[in-house]
Amino acid sequence: MSLLSIKNLSVTFGTGENPFRAVDRLSYDVNAGEVLGIVGESGSGKSVSSLALMGLIDFPGKVSADELAFEGKKLLAMKEKERRKITGDEIAMIFQDPMTALNPCFTVGNQIMEAIAVHQGGSKKERKAKAIELLRQVGIPAPETRISAYPHQLSGGMSQRVMIAMAIACDPKLLIADEPTTALDVTIQAQIIDLLLELQRKKNMGLILITHDLALVAEAADRVVVMYAGQVVESGPAEEVFHNPSHPYTEALMKSLPESSEGKDRLDALPGVVPGANDRPNGCLLNPRCPYATDQCRAQEPELTEQGNRSVRCFFPLTNREDAA
Amino acid sequence: MIQYILKRLGMVIPTFIGVSILTFSLIHLIPGDPVTIMGGERGVSAEQRAEMEKTLGLDKPIIQQYLVYTGNVLKGDLGTSFVTREPVMDEFLTLFPATIELAFFAAVFAALVGLPLGILAAVKRGSVLDHTVMTISLTGYSMPIFWWGLLLILFMSIQLDLTPVSGRIDVMFWVDEVTGFMIIDAWLSGEEGAVASALHHLILPSVVLGTIPMAVIARMTRSSMLEVLGEDYIRTARAKGLSPIRVVMKHALRNALIPVITVIGLQIGTLLSGAILTETIFAWPGIGKWLIEAIGRRDYPVVQGGLLMIAVIIIITNLLVDLTYGVINPRVRHR
Repeated sequence: MSLLSIKNLSVTFGTGENPFRAVDRLSYDVNAGEVLGIVGESGSGKSVSSLALMGLIDFPGKVSADELAFEGKKLLAMKEKERRKITGDEIAMIFQDPMTALNPCFTVGNQIMEAIAVHQGGSKKERKAKAIELLRQVGIPAPETRISAYPHQLSGGMSQRVMIAMAIACDPKLLIADEPTTALDVTIQAQIIDLLLELQRKKNMGLILITHDLALVAEAADRVVVMYAGQVVESGPAEEVFHNPSHPYTEALMKSLPESSEGKDRLDALPGVVPGANDRPNGCLLNPRCPYATDQCRAQEPELTEQGNRSVRCFFPLTNREDAA
Repeated sequence: MIQYILKRLGMVIPTFIGVSILTFSLIHLIPGDPVTIMGGERGVSAEQRAEMEKTLGLDKPIIQQYLVYTGNVLKGDLGTSFVTREPVMDEFLTLFPATIELAFFAAVFAALVGLPLGILAAVKRGSVLDHTVMTISLTGYSMPIFWWGLLLILFMSIQLDLTPVSGRIDVMFWVDEVTGFMIIDAWLSGEEGAVASALHHLILPSVVLGTIPMAVIARMTRSSMLEVLGEDYIRTARAKGLSPIRVVMKHALRNALIPVITVIGLQIGTLLSGAILTETIFAWPGIGKWLIEAIGRRDYPVVQGGLLMIAVIIIITNLLVDLTYGVINPRVRHR
C-alpha cells in the first residue's frame, strides 16, 4: 500500500455549467521514503493540488476525487475534525515565502510548540525542549535563544528553517514542500534543499517537492509528475523523464533551461502562457503552444496512457517517434 | 522605549499651544458677552458694564487676556467661573468622574459589541449576518446622538418602562459622594440595591454614547480581519491542523487588532464630545452638561478650561494607545 494514493483528484472553482478546473483528474502515488517531484509552469495547478491534499481549499473551491487515501484512510470521507488530526501531524506542508508564512505576532518557539501541543500534547517544558531540539535539527545556531525570537528578527533562510522545524515537529510521514526555495537567495536555496533531503532520508518521510527547478527535480526526485493546466501530462522515473521526455511540454521545459541554449543567441522559451479559465482551447490543452500539433490535437483531447512505468498524455509521444525513426 | 516616550511627550507641547489658542479665540468669536447675559432682560448700564468687565478682566486687550490666561494655566490655575465664582479646576474635578463613568461604560459596550460583530462579519463574509452587521453599524454611525437618545428614551423608558429616563441613581437612595463614581459610591454606601440602580441608570446613556464607536470598531475589525485572514500565516496555522476557532481567535485576531487599537484610541475623542450631547439628554451631571451650560452663559473660563482639559485627556489617551502598540505588536517592541 502506498503512503498516499490519489486517483482523479479534481479541484474546481466557480459554479454553473462550466466550472474552472484548476486541477483536472490528477492521479499519483507517493510511497514511504520516496521523493516525488511535481513540476510545471505557474498556473499549472501544482500548489492548488497540494492544498487540496491538506484540506485547505475553501469555498467556492470544490475538491472531488475517486480516491484520496493516506495510508488507506479516505481523506475526503472524513469529518473535518478527524481530518485535522492528520493535517499537520502525519501530513505537513512548507510554503513558498517563509517571510510571510510565519505569524509576526508570536515567537517562533510559540508557533512550533503550538503544532506539538495540538497533536501530541505534553507539558510546556517538554514542548519547549522539543522545539529547541527541532531548531537544532534544522541547523539554527543558538536555538535556546532563537526560540524566543520573532519572525521579523530572522532572515528568509532562517525563517524557512523555522517553517521546516514546524512542519517536522510531529514527525510527519508525508511532507509537502511547495516551492520551498523560490523566495530565497540562490546561496540559501541549496542549503535548504540539502536540509530537506537530509531530513527526508533520516526520517524516511515521503516528500512531495513542488518546484520550477527542473535540475533539482532531476537530481533529487525518484519520480516526477509534469503538470500543465491542471492536468498530468507526463509522469515516470525522474531520470528517464528528463533524459528522454515523452511529452512535447516536458521537452519544452527542458529546452527552456539556460544550459540547453548554450551557444545560441536567445533562450529556447515556450511561447504563450498556461490557458486560464476563459481561454481553454479545444482538444489537447497544449496545442496552441505545441510545435508538433496536428489537426487531431486541435480536435480531440488525449487521455493519459501508461507505457510501462511511465504515463504520457499525448497522441504522438516523442519517445515513440524516435523509436519509429 | 524611554526615548520614544520622551519624543512623543515633546510633540505634546505644540499641540497644547494650538489647543489653548483655539479654545481661547473660539469662545470670544461667539456673539454676545457674559456681562450682557448676566444683565438679563433689564440690561446693564454703561458704568455697571465697565465695572463688571474690570472685575472679570475683560477690559484688557484680548492678546493680554490670552497671555494672562496661559500664564495662569501654566501655574495650574484655570481661573474662576464667572457665574459660580468657583475655581474651574474644582468644578471640573467634581464633575469629571461622572463623565468618565459614562464614557468607560460606553467604551466597554462599544468594544464588547463591536469586536465580536466585526469578527463574525469577517468570518462569515458575504452572508446574511455580514450584511446585517454592516447595515446596523452604518445606521448606528449615521444616527445623530441626540435623536438616537430621544428614540431610545421614548421606546425603552416610556413605552416599555425598562430603563430610567435620566439621572445617575434612583432618588430613593442617598449616596454620599466619595469618589464621584456612582457605582463605587453606591457600593460604599452599603445600601441594598444601590449599585444595581446605578448600573440600571447607566445602560441607556452608555448605549447611546457607545453606538458610534461600536459601529466604527465593528467596521474596522471586519476589514482588518478580512485582510489578515488572507495572509500566508493563516494558511500556515491551518496547515498545522488547528481548529478554525483557534486560527481566528489566536492567529488572525492578534494581528487584526493592531489597527483596531488605534481606532479605539481615536474614539476616546468621539466619546468625550458625544458625552456633551448624551449628558444633556439624560440629565447626566458630567462635564458635557457643564460645558453646554457654560457656553450658554458665555462663562469664558469654564469653556476654555473645560475644553483644554478634554484636549489634555485626548492627547494622553492617544499617547497611551501608542504605547500599548508595543505590547501587542512585537515589530514595534523589538527593533
